[in-house]
Amino acid sequence: MSDAAVQPREITTSPRPSDRVFRGIVTAGGLTSLVVLALIAIFLYVKSHAVFTTFGWHFITDANWTPDDSVKMSTGHYGIGAMLVGTLITSVMAIIFAVPVAIGLALFLTHYAPHWMRAPLTLLVDLMAAIPSVVYGLWGFFVLMPMAINWSMLINHYLGFIPIFSVPVPIFDRSPFIASLVLAVMIVPIITAIAREVYAQAPRDHIEAAYALGSTKWAAMRAVVLPHGRAGVIGGTMLGLGRALGETVAVYMVLNLVYSVNFHVLQSAGGSVASMIVNKFGEATSFEVQGLMAAGLVLFLLTLLVNFAADLVVRLASKGA
Amino acid sequence: MSVSVLPTQPWRATPRIMATEAAGVLAALLLTLLTLRFTGFSGRLAAAVLFVAFATAISSGIEWRRRGFEAAQDAFVRAMLLTASALVMLPLLSILWTVVQNGRAALRPNFFTQDLTSASGTGPIDQGGAIHAIVGSIELVALATLIAMPLGVLSALYLTEIRGRLSGTIRFLTQAMSGVPSVVAGLFVYSAWVLGPGKGFSGFAGALALAILMLPTVARTAEEVLKLVPEHLREAGLALGGTQWRTVAGIVLPTARSGLITAGILGVARIAGETAPLILTVFGAVAINTSMFNGPVSALPLYVFGELKLGLDTAFARAWTGALVLMFLVLVLFAFARWLGGRNTR
Repeated sequence: MSDAAVQPREITTSPRPSDRVFRGIVTAGGLTSLVVLALIAIFLYVKSHAVFTTFGWHFITDANWTPDDSVKMSTGHYGIGAMLVGTLITSVMAIIFAVPVAIGLALFLTHYAPHWMRAPLTLLVDLMAAIPSVVYGLWGFFVLMPMAINWSMLINHYLGFIPIFSVPVPIFDRSPFIASLVLAVMIVPIITAIAREVYAQAPRDHIEAAYALGSTKWAAMRAVVLPHGRAGVIGGTMLGLGRALGETVAVYMVLNLVYSVNFHVLQSAGGSVASMIVNKFGEATSFEVQGLMAAGLVLFLLTLLVNFAADLVVRLASKGA
Repeated sequence: MSVSVLPTQPWRATPRIMATEAAGVLAALLLTLLTLRFTGFSGRLAAAVLFVAFATAISSGIEWRRRGFEAAQDAFVRAMLLTASALVMLPLLSILWTVVQNGRAALRPNFFTQDLTSASGTGPIDQGGAIHAIVGSIELVALATLIAMPLGVLSALYLTEIRGRLSGTIRFLTQAMSGVPSVVAGLFVYSAWVLGPGKGFSGFAGALALAILMLPTVARTAEEVLKLVPEHLREAGLALGGTQWRTVAGIVLPTARSGLITAGILGVARIAGETAPLILTVFGAVAINTSMFNGPVSALPLYVFGELKLGLDTAFARAWTGALVLMFLVLVLFAFARWLGGRNTR
């Protein structure tokens, strides 16, 4: 018997023309995200490269933003250093406020709340993610800010000896602190959604085993649920960070944009790249608009980086589990 | 002799434990009131902080006496988790409450029938309205859906039907696309369309920007839904001699129809409240603009934003009402999507 006889018979078909067209169209549609992301990067770069060639790295490191003066015929100076630092300060503070609360809420929703309470509470939190950012801005300006000013004064009164809580000029409204509180409220539902998912997947039998060994609920959470969800929570946190970095309108309403780096978080002076774009857009000269596009490109790359990192962490986590 | 064994639940709280806990909460309340009365503390913030601190300390203390240190830790964490949950619910309820409360003043018939051509944004609230913004929002969202929905479903189909080599990359990029800041989407459309072939602000530019933000939501939800279509339905279609195209169009998509509608609605809820990209692309107007390719359009989020910037009481009243209408629309859409999705999985 020859070897050829035991070889499996190979069946080949060629796709019909209609299928070829179908697969072509679907593949093209599938590539939309790639095309759009590439186009965003290309267009913003092409329209703004004059800014990068003029100012180089100073565009990112310099703090002052002086528009062109049409009367004196002078060109302006554009740098987003202060805005970039301000964005990072408010976003990181928002993360610091939001993460513990979101973890607590997620743990409560998955393992502590009575069963009848879980569905409605989860719905409420998901609903929170659907509230438009302009509504958050409105609420932040009219409701949160009057209260937060008092909190700022309290913190300043008792902790003012710590440099970041000191206030050179005692004006407390529209500060990075208040902006980060609004951002925190906005990103809690995002982090909670992901933390809830990973906590709910924690192995039931391990938790039961912990109980059987006589551990309290918290000991079981600490030994099983929290380690199981750690990577997922980190990923969710970074998604929240991405959202906070790019938030525009809500921050615009509750933050006083000042073009110099300010580390006094209770002071009415802060920065946000996204809000600056909207703020300067209306009366910008044509070269200034290119500066805004350059700022947009920096923001785009920054959020892309954070999101890539988040995706990587979540993916590694799901592989490890 | 028969022995009947009654089921018991030894872990259940006995009346005595419940009474102790209730007494603990009451004691915390009493201590809070006493502290507020006899020390320098005052105000709601102090009351809340003191109550949480006292209640946590008392419940931890009770557990410590009863079952030791581990149990005290457990009680402490339980109190902290309850506090965290309350900390999230308070702003949410506060937002819903204030929007309804402040939005009522300017919620009059003329808000839904008039525009702002003859009345100014700062004028009395019984003149002028937001019909132009409401119509503009509907136009923009409809056009954006028309663009993003097919592309989003195609992306999802690539992941579930073609399953090509690029699947991982495309899933990854769709995820990355959902993180694009809305203001960047607006800047991109401004540079690529408004400054270029679009020749100025237009509704179409706004719809393009919104479509960029909507696509990832649609793609991700649609993928989840298409994954739920049983594999044997696809195989049955192919076994009957259907091409892949006929199988997808005749079996897969109809099976997932209500789920795909859910995906669309979630996408609409995602973009209906977007403000920043619209500032850069449609600019805003005071009257209805029926042309989507020519001249500025208004939209509800822009209306709220614009009125807020005017900075007078009547303008603020309008902004709140705009926010109320906007939030009502978004929440109705969201609830509808939830209801449809819940029906689908059953």
